[in-house]
Amino acid sequence: MADVILSGVDKSFGPVRAVSDMSLAIADGEFLVLLGPTGAGKTTTLRLVAGLEPPDAGSIAIGGRDVTRIAPAERDVTFVFQQYSLYPHLSVYENLAFPLRSPTRRMPEAEIRKRVEEIAAMLRISQKLDNRATRLSGGEMQRVAIGRALVRRPAIYLMDEPLSSLDAKLRADLRLELKRIQQDLGATVLYVTHDQTEAMTMANRIGVISAGRLIQVGSPREIYTDPRNVYVATRLGQPAINLIPAGLIPAGSLPSGATTIGARTEHLRIARATNGAATAKVDWIEHLGDQNHLHLTVGNHKLVTLADPSSDLAGGDAVSLAFVNPLFFDTAGDRVR
Amino acid sequence: MSATGITTAHSVVAPTGRTRAIAGAIVIVYALITMIPLLWIVVTSFKTPDDSIAYPPKLLFTPSIEGYCNLFNTRTRQTPEYIAALPPATGQCDQLVRSRNMVIAGPSNVIPRFTNSIIIAFGSTFLAVALGTLTAYGFSRFRVPFANDLLFFILSTRFMPPIAVAIPIYLMYRAIGLTDTKIGMILLYTAVNVSLAVWLLKGFIDEIPREYEEAAMIDGYSRLQAFRKVVLPQAATGIAATAIFCLIFAWNEYAFAVLLTSGEAQTMPPFIPFIIGEGGQDWPAVAAATALFLIPILVFTILLRKHLLRGITFGAVRK
Ligand SMILES: Nc1ncnc2c1ncn2[C@@H]1O[C@H](COP(=O)(O)OP(=O)(O)O)[C@@H](O)[C@H]1O
Ligand SMILES: [Mg+2]
Repeated sequence: MADVILSGVDKSFGPVRAVSDMSLAIADGEFLVLLGPTGAGKTTTLRLVAGLEPPDAGSIAIGGRDVTRIAPAERDVTFVFQQYSLYPHLSVYENLAFPLRSPTRRMPEAEIRKRVEEIAAMLRISQKLDNRATRLSGGEMQRVAIGRALVRRPAIYLMDEPLSSLDAKLRADLRLELKRIQQDLGATVLYVTHDQTEAMTMANRIGVISAGRLIQVGSPREIYTDPRNVYVATRLGQPAINLIPAGLIPAGSLPSGATTIGARTEHLRIARATNGAATAKVDWIEHLGDQNHLHLTVGNHKLVTLADPSSDLAGGDAVSLAFVNPLFFDTAGDRVR
Repeated sequence: MSATGITTAHSVVAPTGRTRAIAGAIVIVYALITMIPLLWIVVTSFKTPDDSIAYPPKLLFTPSIEGYCNLFNTRTRQTPEYIAALPPATGQCDQLVRSRNMVIAGPSNVIPRFTNSIIIAFGSTFLAVALGTLTAYGFSRFRVPFANDLLFFILSTRFMPPIAVAIPIYLMYRAIGLTDTKIGMILLYTAVNVSLAVWLLKGFIDEIPREYEEAAMIDGYSRLQAFRKVVLPQAATGIAATAIFCLIFAWNEYAFAVLLTSGEAQTMPPFIPFIIGEGGQDWPAVAAATALFLIPILVFTILLRKHLLRGITFGAVRK
């Protein structure tokens, strides 16, 4: 395990700037999640760290060693690809053993067997070891793919949306499992995803990335409570943060320059309106089982917030709204305090 | 459908019994049509020279191995007195030949010619497929400058029939001493086949996700090792299909073989038509040579059948 440092890394594909001026330090033993939508440059960032793409500018160091110009095989990293991770012509056992049989590693067969069986047990695929890799369910395949990374003890594990092709239940299980394994091994992980739940539950720190740029890095808590701009604020939170033009709802004195107010559920106090103090109307309530989403209209602006499960509000009710320490943004979308 | 009017639901994709039967019948009729000439050749190879040219053709006849005897041996005519004075015949061929007032003079050229065919066809197939695989891999994985133009150029070597350049090649080969050499024929057939091999294999290799090799390279394998351990096994289907196409061309090629080989490197196609018997073409021997000539391709195709069935669809039903 080791720390990994990207300094001012640029990468373009023709006219497309996939990664711009990326500087990021991943500490030894840290689980860092890059969160961003499709096309944000997440995969490219991982490929740069792995050495599958050369950067146009900047440098990458792993464990204090500059690896910018070094071949992937020499970098001591592993990579879990988003798809196509298993060799269809090999058995599950051979797939897991493949990284350990590489010419640069040359491990005795007994040691390989021990490692593979250990990892298979950890990922609960022991009974599938003799299967062809193609004869597995999606969840099993993905576990084998993760297992192929885990059989080695590299400086850093690179994972490219390893859970994105799985169904919700399996994803939730593997999320916890992966986090537990990472903690047990004390592994350094750079994990990329577009799924905010994965980011929130697994990360020590989250890096929010957009159009190849790293916007903000911080603990999940920091990113959630203290976003640098509107973009970061909208990345986390379910339902998403409400962006309300200043002046629509009384908010006391605003910081100078604030034109937009960002309000999550915890930033709104909702009460049944009494004697004409109504500021909003309840459109409808979305019952999701464990939580209820309250859809409101203020003027011609729509808001969504979580409803108190014990609340007796119903569609058509008039309510009053007040802010409780909301977030303020200027016209450019940056936070103002 | 039962008497109560309940119909049995059947799959909309799986063929029903009736469509299966029709398809089967069509295949059998087609197979018979294509098989008849082959069957005729095999039958002729077991006829006597007289039976082979009988008119109307004889469907019932006494089988004879005279065609095979004549194919493998050269004979000389002798007087009956000379033959009578010989020690008793040692084999069936000896007997057959003597019954026609001839004796076996020695082995014919068929075995060397057959060996030439094997060496030249398999050698050029191996080279064309090996070069084709590496070239296709390069075009598929690396940013080759002018890749599309180069690929077009490679394909353009097939735009005209190869025999159109027969004369320049003949002169060239004569100048550098490659006429009637096995190496010359191997190089020639390789050159003709390599463009086909590159194009076929590029399609197959393009379909192999590059993540497979990248994963291997991250795991500590060099590119060549990753190519051998990951790409080659996955391209096996394509390689087998390509090899069969190349082999069939090289095995059957006639025009260049006639032009460029006469002895040392002569292959079966120019050899077979010139198997002459007493007073003309020895049809049973020609048929015997043709029947034997079919065997290697048949064996090779059967060996690679498993790959070929998938390969013929050009990767369409992979996964
Ligand atoms: N090999 C490539 N050639 C050309 N463009 C690429 C290549 N790889 C990525 N890109 C482009 O770079 C941008 C970032 O891609 P990627 O890193 O795959 O994003 P993400 O993984 O976040 O979805 C996208 O616009 C994508 O189209
Ligand atoms: Mg991606």
